[in-house]
Amino acid sequence: MNDREQGPRTSGPGAAFAGARLHIVTGKGGTGKTTAATALALSLASRGGRVLLVEVEGRQGVATLLGSPALPYEEREMISAPNGGSVHVLAADAEAALLEYLEMFYGMRRAGQALTRLGAVDFATTIAPGLRDVLLTGKATEAVRRRAGGRRRSTDTPADAPFHYGAVVMDAPPTGRIAQFLNVNSEVAGLARVGPIRNHADRVMEVIRSEQTRVHFVTLLEEMPAQETRDGIAEIRGMGLDVGAVVVNMVSPPLLDGAGLAAAAAGELDTAELAAGLKAARLDTARTGEHEALAADLAEEVRAHALRHLLEERVRGELEGLGRPLVELPRLEGGVDRDALSHLARGFAEQGAGQ
Amino acid sequence: MTETNDVRETARLDVDALLDSPRTRIVVCCGAGGVGKTTTAAALGLRAAERGRRAVVITVDPARRLAQSMGLAELDNTPRPVPLPETARGSLHAMMLDMKRTFDEVVKEHADPERARQILANPFYQTLSTSFSGTQEYMAMEKLGQLRQSDEWDLIVVDTPPSRSALDFLDAPERLGRFLDGKLIRFLSTPASGAFRLLGAGFNVVSSVVGKIVGAQFLADLRSFVSAFDTVFGGFQERAERTYRLLQTPGTAFVVVAVPDTDAMREASYFVDRLAQESMPLAGLVINRTHPLPSGPGARLGSAEALAAAGDLAEAGTHPLAVAALRLHAERVRTHERETRLRARLLSAHRGVRVSEVAARPEDVHDLAGLRGIGSALAGEAGQTGEGTRRREGDGTGQEDH
Repeated sequence: MNDREQGPRTSGPGAAFAGARLHIVTGKGGTGKTTAATALALSLASRGGRVLLVEVEGRQGVATLLGSPALPYEEREMISAPNGGSVHVLAADAEAALLEYLEMFYGMRRAGQALTRLGAVDFATTIAPGLRDVLLTGKATEAVRRRAGGRRRSTDTPADAPFHYGAVVMDAPPTGRIAQFLNVNSEVAGLARVGPIRNHADRVMEVIRSEQTRVHFVTLLEEMPAQETRDGIAEIRGMGLDVGAVVVNMVSPPLLDGAGLAAAAAGELDTAELAAGLKAARLDTARTGEHEALAADLAEEVRAHALRHLLEERVRGELEGLGRPLVELPRLEGGVDRDALSHLARGFAEQGAGQ
Repeated sequence: MTETNDVRETARLDVDALLDSPRTRIVVCCGAGGVGKTTTAAALGLRAAERGRRAVVITVDPARRLAQSMGLAELDNTPRPVPLPETARGSLHAMMLDMKRTFDEVVKEHADPERARQILANPFYQTLSTSFSGTQEYMAMEKLGQLRQSDEWDLIVVDTPPSRSALDFLDAPERLGRFLDGKLIRFLSTPASGAFRLLGAGFNVVSSVVGKIVGAQFLADLRSFVSAFDTVFGGFQERAERTYRLLQTPGTAFVVVAVPDTDAMREASYFVDRLAQESMPLAGLVINRTHPLPSGPGARLGSAEALAAAGDLAEAGTHPLAVAALRLHAERVRTHERETRLRARLLSAHRGVRVSEVAARPEDVHDLAGLRGIGSALAGEAGQTGEGTRRREGDGTGQEDH
């Protein structure tokens, strides 16, 4: 089977997103995973739907990004999108999810409280990271299945009611842990061979394995994140899950043309011409006699820029070879504010997420 | 000469003095994920070795490339010699932590063969030793303790695990210890004990709920695990405490690693606080991938002036190379200013923290030469290390106000 057959059926830039309702966003630490996940959620909501952004690492990364205080364990509307759309955010927490789970399925509220007092919840979710993971992925898959009019259990509502959320975006664990995190079935199987948790895991896995789910990888045009992306994609494919887009974050365009870059990288920049240009610019800083020295300083900066850009081109070529659409997001000057998020969201929309 | 528009000078982390001092026995690199911790640890180890120490680097999660850069085909749980040029005055070993094997070794050391066999075969132990959140951190500390005790090396450089939060690394051993020694585990594993009466009626509910969630087999495995594990228990706790105390001794130096972005610097700041709370000795802060300004007149060319000049030239349609270079310079100046602000913010909250900056390089490290380059940048040899950063003697003490 070749890569194309393994991936989602349609091709073209929209293929990474088409038909998906659960978008799992992973990436190496430092690649801007949370920012990318939030921008994707905003992009999907801009079609007019309701989108849930689920955070699972307990870092309150979304709250930090949006400049809001720490978010409680509830689905809260945080960003309004064009066309009446909205992004809701859930900072999922394994303990709270376990208590909710117990109450929902067993009506065991008091037992849950007793468990908390004993430290059993801490125990259960700490001793069995598989249990923690299944509770967190379970929150996301439950939101994917939830239909309008009913809460939680899809059996309560008619099967043809529209979905409560148009899409769910998960700000997932980093690339190094993503396969283990999503492989809830085998993680839980080692601990609970039968019983409700096992059944729950099976239901979660059903959604994750379905065509509705895509795993997107956020990377930079740097060697290590690209390597992790390659390894992560292989693992995710090995599990039979669909890989969506490779999101290349913080891309900055080169300031020289191809020939200029090549010359600069080779250390053959025309510094005499550069010095002449600086002289023509009548810079206060470059007083008489300093043009050459200033040109040498700037030439060194240009050389580093050119080397860096050539490396980026090589990495981009490798990423293209992975057979998944690349979505490129620009590097933002300064912090990520609301305008910047909208800008990134439009980037997603123009590169396939808007279809 | 550097100009002194920076009122508060930054004290430089004297990496060579740290590495050369025979009193320094352990260097722990910690910080958020993706900041170049592993590379920093390897570069420190290499520099120490070439300056005469018998150094070993423990890494937890190396990119394959790092193993290659040290001339090793692979890293396993045993320190492997790294081939150094003949000019090196000391020696370097490197190892990658295999947490399961380290855990197994501790069990075998503390239990008789029969009991050890029982423990190792228990499915519960297998989960615990491979995926308990915190096992990796705990085992990194365990391995550190072992290497320190062996006395085969006079400097151990540790790269801490890529934790969800950098703090896990200090908390995990305690959490694992608390778990293994916890009331709950005893109480789940010995349902007929006196714990019943003490805890009252709540217990039945709890026991049935736990059984319901995880299945009865789980409890059975847990029981046999705990009864077998009981004997090695005390040993575990004791070792963890010993290593923890070792980290508080003056022979240990923590190096907090960061990159100049808001998240990583916030995390670094948090870590500096936490180390102080735990009485763990902080050597300083390493900021990787900074963008220093050039050493010549380029340092005085501000971004506004450069952009205006680029605009004029572009309008006149002349000197495209100078236009590009001026725009690039303006961008670099803005980046540098942002980085300087982030550093100043951190240092205003943590007076007297010593800093070493490593400028961003166009390429990743591929070999010993690359690591050596990082090492000399860490030691401040690579020329520019950011304005206002220079050595200041004798004021690294008594700075913390509580």
